[in-house]
Amino acid sequence: MTDSSATVIHTIDLSKHFGAVRAVDELTVAIPKTGITSIVGPNGSGKSTFVNLLSGTLPLDGGIVIIDGVGLRVVRAHESPQHGITRTFQEVRLFEQISAWDNIMVVLTERRLVPSLFERVKPAHRETAERVLREVGMWEKRDAMAGELSYGQRKLLEIGRAMAMDAQTYLFDEPFAGLFPQMLERVKEIVIRMRDQGHTLIFISHNMDIVRELPDHLIVLDSGKLLTEGEVHDVLSREEVIEAYLGE
Amino acid sequence: MSHLAQAIRELGDSGPLRRMPRANLERIATVLVLGWAVGFMLWQGAGFTITLTTIFAIWAILAVSLNLVVGFTGLLSVGHIGFFGIGAYTMAILASDASYDRLRTESIPTPDWPFFAALPVCIAIAGLVALGVGVVFNRFRDDIFVLVSFGFAIIAFSFFLNLRELTRGAFGIHEIPRPAFGSWVLDGEIEFLIFALICLALVVLICWLIVTSSFGRVLTAIREDEEAIAVFGYRVTHFKLAVWVLSAMMAGLAGALLASWTSFIDPNSFILLESMLLIAIVILGGLATIWGSLLGAMAFVLLEEGMRFLPFLPPEFVGQARQVVLGVLLVLLMLFRPQGLVGRYKL
Repeated sequence: MTDSSATVIHTIDLSKHFGAVRAVDELTVAIPKTGITSIVGPNGSGKSTFVNLLSGTLPLDGGIVIIDGVGLRVVRAHESPQHGITRTFQEVRLFEQISAWDNIMVVLTERRLVPSLFERVKPAHRETAERVLREVGMWEKRDAMAGELSYGQRKLLEIGRAMAMDAQTYLFDEPFAGLFPQMLERVKEIVIRMRDQGHTLIFISHNMDIVRELPDHLIVLDSGKLLTEGEVHDVLSREEVIEAYLGE
Repeated sequence: MSHLAQAIRELGDSGPLRRMPRANLERIATVLVLGWAVGFMLWQGAGFTITLTTIFAIWAILAVSLNLVVGFTGLLSVGHIGFFGIGAYTMAILASDASYDRLRTESIPTPDWPFFAALPVCIAIAGLVALGVGVVFNRFRDDIFVLVSFGFAIIAFSFFLNLRELTRGAFGIHEIPRPAFGSWVLDGEIEFLIFALICLALVVLICWLIVTSSFGRVLTAIREDEEAIAVFGYRVTHFKLAVWVLSAMMAGLAGALLASWTSFIDPNSFILLESMLLIAIVILGGLATIWGSLLGAMAFVLLEEGMRFLPFLPPEFVGQARQVVLGVLLVLLMLFRPQGLVGRYKL
């Protein structure tokens, strides 16, 4: 039995099917509360589906998700912040036709319907938006439409939008994919800084250099099932992982 | 044909209208439309100006309210005319003082309520119908949403035409009273115009408060990506339903004004074509901008009424010509200026 105080997310027999395809197949896994966890596996192994299930973007077909000791058979997307979870997406999903500034501001505002009608922008919202944009290096681009930013800038802005939520747990779906080295270093710095601030970071990556360097814990998926998990160097040295997934 | 399509696409992608700085285009569009309005009114005199401005006020309420749904939230509804009709019919049924028992047509009860007693009911019923319809519509998005809203417009028209025990069907309802404050009845055209403009100002103020609030900011995020905004803790269905109902209530107000102003309504005022014209106004003026809807409504009214005076156009073809001109205008806008004259958002 997993120590619930040491895990932030624990899934039991988590399942998601798309027709005959078992994208996530009775997956039982525990993610530690501290440090960085990386999820790896070949294309189609169910990594993004797993993250989508944890954040409520996709409905569960079976199983339980336990978040901070609370068991859920139904995970609703709009309840993610209540569970202390926020995320980024594999394909960057910004609010394209509004500015970078507004992309941050929008997630800082009132969530209840009626009070939101009467809420105007508060100085605290502005301060948070400015702090986050500066942290991800996007302050100079604050007035640019999100849809007009470069790919790397869009990735940074999406991470910034997640950071503005000040959640306990961050699910980053391939945050390093497609970035040129300078931008990649910046995202690495952000991830390390967030870990040092006590947040839980879970990211999917295909970049094995990053996987060797950053995470403390590694989960390897294959065909929607857990292949192996554990301390990074230990997992990476296991024969089945080397042969089947890393090609080394 | 493919060369022509390519040429049009390239022209649209790199055309001067798209390249023009937004502020410049806004200024030019505003000056042109306002100049056109002033010139037209000076030419036609006070009487026609009052009529034209009253029509503008009613269409502008409709356009501004529809823009909340289409421009700010990204729900392309072609069913707004249904709520306009519900407001108009509610006013007609509650306030008409015609004694239909004496007429050998359809007999309906006419409670003969004063305008201001019926007005809140018009707004509330439009809102309640929107709530019921919206609960069902909330599960649809994009193209499917357009289709179901289209279905709503057709169903609403069918009710107006066939529910004769309530609406008198094609006979319509007449003797709908003007607003009255005690013994002071706004039966003069200028008094009614002022009242309609006050209603428009209130609607514009409410819409401005909505779109500049946190609620409005969430609406724009829903328009851009409703799945993404949901994971940040927003109940998207609630926000969509709320703006849908608010917008319908404003359309109900516009309908009540129309019924009172014309003193007669029949189902022909609420056909699907009117909904398409309304969409054209909103796109023409600009999506996600209140000023754009006002400008679009003004341009539409000037275009519609101005075509009466074209010397080469026989009067019997004016109606059809208006539809052709607006249709062509809509196609040109989609090609060269999809965000409209002063819009901020492309469909």
